[in-house]
Amino acid sequence: MLKGFKRLFAFPAALGLVHSSLAEEQGAERWGVNMRQGVTEVAQSTYDLHMLIFWICVAIGVLVFGVMFYSMWRHRKSRGYKAAQFHESTIVELVWTIIPTLILIGMAVPATKTLYDIYDTEEADIDIMVTGYQWKWKYDYLGSDVSFFSNLSTPRTQIDNRQPKSEHYLLEVDEPLVIPVNKKVRFLLTANDVIHSWWVPELAVKKDAIPGFINEAWARVDEPGIYRGQCAELCGKDHGFMPIVVKAVPEAEYNAWLSERAEAAAKMKALTEKTFTFDELFARGEQVYNRTCAACHQPNGQGVPGAFPAIAGSKIATGPLEGHLNIVIYGSKVNPAMQAFGQQLSEVDLAAVITYQRNAFGNDMGDTVQPVDILNFKNQQ
Amino acid sequence: MAHGPQSGFKRWLFTTNHKDIGSMYLWFSFAMFLLGGCMALVIRAELFEPGLQIVQPEFFNQMTTMHGLIMVFGAVMPAFVGLANWMIPMMIGAPDMALPRMNNWSFWILPFAFAMLFSTLFMEGGAPNFGWTFYAPLSTEYAPPSTTFFIFSIHIMGASSIMGAINIIATILNMRAPGMTLMKMPLFVWTWLITAYLLIAVMPVLAGVVTMMLMDIHFGTSFFNAAGGGDPVLFQHVFWFFGHPEVYIMILPAFGIVSTIIPTFARKPLFGYSSMVYATASIAFLSFIVWAHHMFTVGMPIAGELFFMYATMLIAVPTGVKVFNWVTTMFRGAMTFETPMLFAVAFVILFTIGGFSGLMLAIAPADFQYHDTYFVVAHFHYVLVPGAIFSITAGVYYWLPKWTGNMYNETMGKVHFWLAFIGLNLTFFPMHFVGLAGMPRRIPDYALQFADFNQISSIGAFLFGAAQIVFLFNVVRTVMGGKKATDEVWDNPQGLEWTVPSPAPYHTFSTPPAVR
Repeated sequence: MLKGFKRLFAFPAALGLVHSSLAEEQGAERWGVNMRQGVTEVAQSTYDLHMLIFWICVAIGVLVFGVMFYSMWRHRKSRGYKAAQFHESTIVELVWTIIPTLILIGMAVPATKTLYDIYDTEEADIDIMVTGYQWKWKYDYLGSDVSFFSNLSTPRTQIDNRQPKSEHYLLEVDEPLVIPVNKKVRFLLTANDVIHSWWVPELAVKKDAIPGFINEAWARVDEPGIYRGQCAELCGKDHGFMPIVVKAVPEAEYNAWLSERAEAAAKMKALTEKTFTFDELFARGEQVYNRTCAACHQPNGQGVPGAFPAIAGSKIATGPLEGHLNIVIYGSKVNPAMQAFGQQLSEVDLAAVITYQRNAFGNDMGDTVQPVDILNFKNQQ
Repeated sequence: MAHGPQSGFKRWLFTTNHKDIGSMYLWFSFAMFLLGGCMALVIRAELFEPGLQIVQPEFFNQMTTMHGLIMVFGAVMPAFVGLANWMIPMMIGAPDMALPRMNNWSFWILPFAFAMLFSTLFMEGGAPNFGWTFYAPLSTEYAPPSTTFFIFSIHIMGASSIMGAINIIATILNMRAPGMTLMKMPLFVWTWLITAYLLIAVMPVLAGVVTMMLMDIHFGTSFFNAAGGGDPVLFQHVFWFFGHPEVYIMILPAFGIVSTIIPTFARKPLFGYSSMVYATASIAFLSFIVWAHHMFTVGMPIAGELFFMYATMLIAVPTGVKVFNWVTTMFRGAMTFETPMLFAVAFVILFTIGGFSGLMLAIAPADFQYHDTYFVVAHFHYVLVPGAIFSITAGVYYWLPKWTGNMYNETMGKVHFWLAFIGLNLTFFPMHFVGLAGMPRRIPDYALQFADFNQISSIGAFLFGAAQIVFLFNVVRTVMGGKKATDEVWDNPQGLEWTVPSPAPYHTFSTPPAVR
C-alpha cells in the first residue's frame, strides 16, 4: 500500500520535470494566475472591478471560514466540549441578510457604471466588421475596399507534435487585425454559420458573433502592441484553432498600412484578367487548399469518414467542372459544413484551388480553371 | 401484513418498493458517474500537454458533450431521486411512495434513454458534439445525424424526471404521518419538495426546446435559423430558462442532506430551521429570473443586462443565509468527524468557494472577461462536485448503515474522503487561474502558457477518479457484510428513519408512527 502511494506521488513529479524543460522559454507568461490588466480604459476598470469583488470575497471567506475552523478546532467532542443547544435567533438572521445586501449594493454601483461605458458604442472613429466563420475570422474595414480573412498560422506539424511548438503556439494568425492606437474602434460582429465569440482579453472585448445579428463592441487602445485572443464560443471541430491577433499601431502607420492594403486589393482585381499556367495554378491551389480546405477534407484529401467527404476520387472533383465550381462557390445544399467560398476566396484562389483538387490526390482530370472562368460562371448564375 | 420481495430479476424489474427502486436509482447513477468520469478522464488526458496526443478535436467535443449530459442527467439527478426514494417515505413516516407503479416506470425508462444516448458514440458522424448546452445552430443545421437520438433520449429523461417529481410531491403532500406538519418536516424533505416543483416547471421547457430543434432539423421550420426568420438567441433564452433552475435542482437536495448531517455530528440542532426553508424557497424563486446571466455576451440591451446582473447578485443573500446557518450550527457544537461529516464540512467550504466565484461571475462587466473560460468551468465544478457529488456521497455514508444494517469501513471512508478532497482541489482550483489568464473552455489544445496548471488539473482528475474506486469497494463490502449497525447508528440522530431497525425492513411504517 505504502509503496503504491510513493509511486503515485513520484509519477506526477517526474512528468512535471519533463514538461518544465520543454517550455522553459515561456518564463514570463507561465503560471499566470490573474486576469490581465489590459490596454484600454474599460479593460482597466473591468480589472479593478474584478479585484474589488475578489477582495470582498476573500474578506467574507476569511470571516466565515475563520469561525468555522475555530469551532472545528475548539468545539470537538474529543476535547470534551459540551454542545450548546441554541438554534434560533431572528435578530442574527436579519443581520446576516441585511449586511450582505448592503455589500451587494456597494458592488452593483461600480459594476453598473462600467457596464454603461462598455455599452457606449456611439461616435466611433473607425468601423470594422468582424465575421466569424468555421473556423476563421473575416475583417472588413467599412468605408474602404480592405477585407481579408485571418487564419490560424500555427502549422499542423506543431499541433501533431512532429515539430517543437513556437512561442505563440495557437495564438498566431496569417493576417492580424490592424487598428490605430488612441482611436475609438467599433467592432460590428456577426457570423456566417454558427455562433462564435470574439474575445481579446487585453481589450476587454468579448462579444458573440451570431448569424443574422449584428452586435457592437468597441475599444480605444492606449499602447501600440500585439494583443492575442481566441474564439470563446464552441463553434464546432476547430473551435480551439481560430485565434485572434490584434496589432495596434500609431495612426500614421495604420493609414499607410490601409492604403497599401487597398492597393493590393486593386491589384488582385487586375490579376483576375490574367491567364495562368497549369503549374502556377497548381502551386497556388495547394497553398489555398491547405489554408482553407484541409481542416475538413484533410491535407491528404481523404476527408474524415462519416463527417467530411474525401476529395480524392470524389464524384464532384472527378466529374463535370460545372458541379465542382458550383459546390465550391455556392456551398453544399445538403451539408452546411461545406460553406459557399465564392465570396470568401478571390477568383484567382478559387481557380487555383479547383485546379488543384482536380489534379491532386490521384485525381487526374488534366483540366485548368482560369480566374476568368470563375467570373463567367458566377455571372451566368 | 405486507409480503416480502419476489426472487430473481423479477424483484427488480417489477418492484414497486421505494427501497428497491431507490437502490436501483443509486446504482444506476453510480454507473453513470463512472462512465461520465471516464469521459472526463479522456478530456483531462488530452489536456495533459499542449498539442493533440490522444484524441482528435471531433472526438474531444463528443467527450465534453457526453460528459456533461451524463453527469447532469445520468449521475446527479438520478442519485438525488434515489436518495429521495429511500429516505422521504422513511422520513415522513409513510409506508411507500404515493405512486409506486409509476415509480417503477420512471426508473426503468432511464436505462433505455442512456443506452440510446451512449449508442450515438458508435453512429456515423459520431455522438453529439455541441456541448451539453447544445446551442443552435451548431446543434441543428450543423449537427451530426445522431442528434435525433439525443433529442429522443432527452425526452425520455425528461419524462422520467417529471414522473419522479410528481411522485415526490404526491408523497410529501399526502402521506406524512399524523402530526408531521410542513414546518416539522426534515430539511431534506423540504428541499426535495421545492426541487420537485422546479422539475415540473422546467423539464417541459427542455422538452419544448429539443422539440423545436427536432422540427428545425427534420420538418423545415426555422425556430433557430436566422436565414429562415428564426433566432439563434431564442434557443439560449429557452434553454437557460430550463438550465438555471436545473442547476438548482442539482443543489437544493444537497442543501437538505448537509442540513441533516451537520446537526447529527455537531450534536446540536440545526440553526435557523425556518430561515433555511425560506432561503431554499427564495433561491428557487430567484432561479426563474436569472437565466440570462449565462448569456451576458449575446448582446442584450443594457436594461436586460442590468436586470439579470442585479437579480443574480441577490441569490447571494439566501445562499449566504444557508452558509451562515451551517457554520452557526457547528459553532459551539460537540463535533466528531466521521466520513459523512467530513464530506459535509468539505461541502460547506468548497461550495462557498464556488459561491464566491459565482458572485464574481454575476458582475456583468467582469463576466465579459470570465465568460466561456476555464474560470466558469472551475466555478460550476466547484458547486457541482463538492456540492452535488460530495453531498450525495455524504448521504450514502450517512444512511448506508441504515440501508444495509452494516457499518462501512471508517478508515477506508476517510481515505476516500482525503483522496477525493485533494484530487478535486488539484483538478479544479488551477482552472480558476488558467481561466483568468485567458484559456477558453471546450478546446482540445491550448497555448503554452496554460500548460503547467493543466498538467496539475489532469493529475488531480485521475486522483479523484481513483478515489471513487475506494468508494465503490467500501460500499460493496458494506452491502456484503461487516460490523452490525445499531438502529440509531449515530449519536442520537434526529428523524424517523432512525426509529426503524437496521437494516430497514422491506416495509416500514405500515402503521403511521407517532410524531411529537
